[in-house]
Amino acid sequence: MNIALENISKRFGEVQANEGISLAVPAGTIHGILGENGAGKSTLMKILSGFIRADSGRTFLDGAPAQIRGPADAIRLGIGMLHQDPLDFPPMTAVDNFLAGRTGAWRLSRPDARRELEERQADFDFRVDPGARVENLTVGERQQLEMVRLLSLGARALILDEPTTGISALQKDRLFAALRKLAADGKSIILISHKLRDVEMLCDEVTVLRRARVAGRAQAPYDLNELVRLMFGRVVTREPRLEVPTGGPLLTLDGLAVEDHRLRLAGLNLEIRAGEVIGLAGLEGSGQELFLRACGGLLRPAAGRLRLAGRDLAGEPYPVFRDAGIAYVPAARLEEGLVAGLTPAEHFAIVEPGGGLVIDWKLTMEQAERRIAEYDIRGAATGPVDSLSGGNQQRALLSLLPPGLCLVLLEHPTRGLDVESASAIWRKLLDRCADGAALVFTSSDLEEILQYSDRVLVFFGGQVAGPVPASAMTVERLGEMMGGQP
Amino acid sequence: MKEGRPGWEAAVRIGLAAGLAVVFVSGLLALLGVSPARAFMEMASGSVGSAGKLADVLVAWVPLLLVASGLLVTFAAGLWNIGIEGQVMMGAVFTTWMLRLLQDAALPPALVLALAIGAGMLGGALWAVFAGLLKTHGGVNEIFGGLGLNFVASGLALWLIFGPWKRPGVGSMSGTEPFPEALWLPQIGALRLSGWALALGVLGIVLVGALLRGTYFGLKVKAVGRNARAAFLLGIPTTRYMLSGFALCGALAGAAGALQVTAVYHRLIPAISSGYGFLGLLVAMLSGYRALAVPFVAFFFAALNIGSIQLPIVFRLDSSLSGVLQGMLVLCVLVVHGARRRFRREAAP
Ligand SMILES: Nc1ncnc2c1ncn2[C@@H]1O[C@H](COP(=O)(O)OP(=O)(O)OP(=O)(O)O)[C@@H](O)[C@H]1O
Ligand SMILES: [Mg+2]
Repeated sequence: MNIALENISKRFGEVQANEGISLAVPAGTIHGILGENGAGKSTLMKILSGFIRADSGRTFLDGAPAQIRGPADAIRLGIGMLHQDPLDFPPMTAVDNFLAGRTGAWRLSRPDARRELEERQADFDFRVDPGARVENLTVGERQQLEMVRLLSLGARALILDEPTTGISALQKDRLFAALRKLAADGKSIILISHKLRDVEMLCDEVTVLRRARVAGRAQAPYDLNELVRLMFGRVVTREPRLEVPTGGPLLTLDGLAVEDHRLRLAGLNLEIRAGEVIGLAGLEGSGQELFLRACGGLLRPAAGRLRLAGRDLAGEPYPVFRDAGIAYVPAARLEEGLVAGLTPAEHFAIVEPGGGLVIDWKLTMEQAERRIAEYDIRGAATGPVDSLSGGNQQRALLSLLPPGLCLVLLEHPTRGLDVESASAIWRKLLDRCADGAALVFTSSDLEEILQYSDRVLVFFGGQVAGPVPASAMTVERLGEMMGGQP
Repeated sequence: MKEGRPGWEAAVRIGLAAGLAVVFVSGLLALLGVSPARAFMEMASGSVGSAGKLADVLVAWVPLLLVASGLLVTFAAGLWNIGIEGQVMMGAVFTTWMLRLLQDAALPPALVLALAIGAGMLGGALWAVFAGLLKTHGGVNEIFGGLGLNFVASGLALWLIFGPWKRPGVGSMSGTEPFPEALWLPQIGALRLSGWALALGVLGIVLVGALLRGTYFGLKVKAVGRNARAAFLLGIPTTRYMLSGFALCGALAGAAGALQVTAVYHRLIPAISSGYGFLGLLVAMLSGYRALAVPFVAFFFAALNIGSIQLPIVFRLDSSLSGVLQGMLVLCVLVVHGARRRFRREAAP
């Protein structure tokens, strides 16, 4: 399908999110949209897919002007969107999710739907268990399910909002292969991403947005430095890792075993030293989350000891971990990290209550302004957090970490952040290391793991290899280990 | 922190809904062969037509206000405190119990009344915390737990009225033996209305409003209500906050029950809660969970209740018509609310 957007503008209160944006995506091509956090990418795509309405501007589908009044309209016209934060129905099974949004027949036939789901999955080598509950699927699997669902509803254009954050390299390869196949079939694909490499590999053309406007366009092959300059208005370079000397032992794991309904990690022995950064590599769902949750006191270990500065914390409730200076930053920002509907300022008041009963709003607002400036959160302190852009939500989440922590556990800390903000966030995290804290983080970006970790643990199906010093590793070797090669 | 849209918009919405409800009810009245205009006139004069009537409306306003303010807290905590009816009942039972204990003691009546109202608040709070514990520790949804506890509470009241606390001779639906007049909350002149009760009701909504708007407790309760998982990770002891929410709501409901005994009926009767608990749920919802709107909406419902007493007398219509009107009103508010959401869908993500 040929898509053309003409002069799209959209304003949210005081924020101009899109301003006179035009875009053309011919059928059979993959179009990338780049731009720093808050540039207006998600907004533009939500307009195209009917989730929000533009203040002005026009949309043409296959040359004909189209009125898209809602997501149902969009899908009827053949436009489907995968959102930055999944919009599926977690307590339902994969098949039921697949059936959701069907119109027409009243009677649902699960066996038929199951067959169709499996057939469509086979086209792309996707492997989602139709009977599994969506809440137990990985982000990557949820994405595959949603994609197949949109295609079954007749999508001829697919929009993907940061689909490669939080999924494993293997799932990413499958996803890219699927997208290429769809484009070859004449479908049009629009991809929002912060990862230049992904865009470079996949996209025929890119449009760069900056501060609500089109900053420039480029066609393959790309000059990556030029793209970065268009995104940020200047050249951004990755700075070298600053070295923090590591101190004495901070957290000691002694024969620790953790399990949930799908996986069991056993016999973990590890000593994390003050000032150290430990990267957890592995395909999604290989046990990294279990490990982090156990260290954070959110999952009671089945056996073993977990000693923080000599004190055994295994089996203690979460508040004890928290009081001991351990913090956990979840990947699912709007599900576990932030309270939708409350403002950033209210979040700060919660994590940093002043003395007394009554909230001193003046003081709280001052503190909020300070944190907002420090973490460069773009968006108002008095609007709900869920109206911030994805990257700014992530910054808000990280800005809630209290000072003086001794162990920070992070799931995908730079998920959805543009290159510049990611390195700014890492600078702040490493400052904590300089103060004697240790960091443990997961990431699906192997380069990020190698760049920032001192040592790496590699997870594969509940087996843990390592720790290996990051300096002795390469991305290729890491990839092999994640695939289970010794 | 101000929440959401400006208040006037909510007011317009409620007005629109009320208008719609009036249209529907007028149609119904016309079908029944009664002039809608006359019926509404009668209801108006029957509720705010004289000082006496107005006092009657305020007598109903106070418990509604207390119950709805309590419910603002539980709603903020994301809880459906359906057990509110039972909490009002237990407030009345505990108050009666305390008054019976102390009525023959040589204590100043003011102290006895204060203790009795305190006991009522405690009773309501305990009953609410019970529903809360069933939820947090027993895995029983508060709606079902609350419904069950409502039955238990009204069963208990009936048993007391017909059993241990029955009137000399034989127990009856008319309740326990009335307390001596010294143990009545003082009334304003010849009106049935007590200034103390009025003050307590106003105090309740003001406190809750301030609590939710400007305190750390209120903010944390809201966080728990909107996303308990995130609130827990942010370090809020969610169970404790839910139980505190229940306790606070129960205490306010208990106060309503206590006032029904000390200021209105002066004894325990089987229908002591007068359905104010459930009505309070409607008031809280129709107010859009805003403390500022609650007094007005509660007043409207109270006036409707009192005003419709006229209907059977004047037109030989059943007074349940006021129930129909209330039901209509709720439906209309929901419809207007839904229409607005549809109309401005872009506000949603
Ligand atoms: N529903 C909303 N209400 C108010 N402001 C909004 C809303 N949605 C987006 N915004 C604002 O519009 C701007 C653009 O947001 P958008 O989500 O399009 O950014 P983005 O380019 O997708 O950024 P990111 O890379 O961080 O996801 C931001 O400043 C954001 O705060
Ligand atoms: Mg976005």
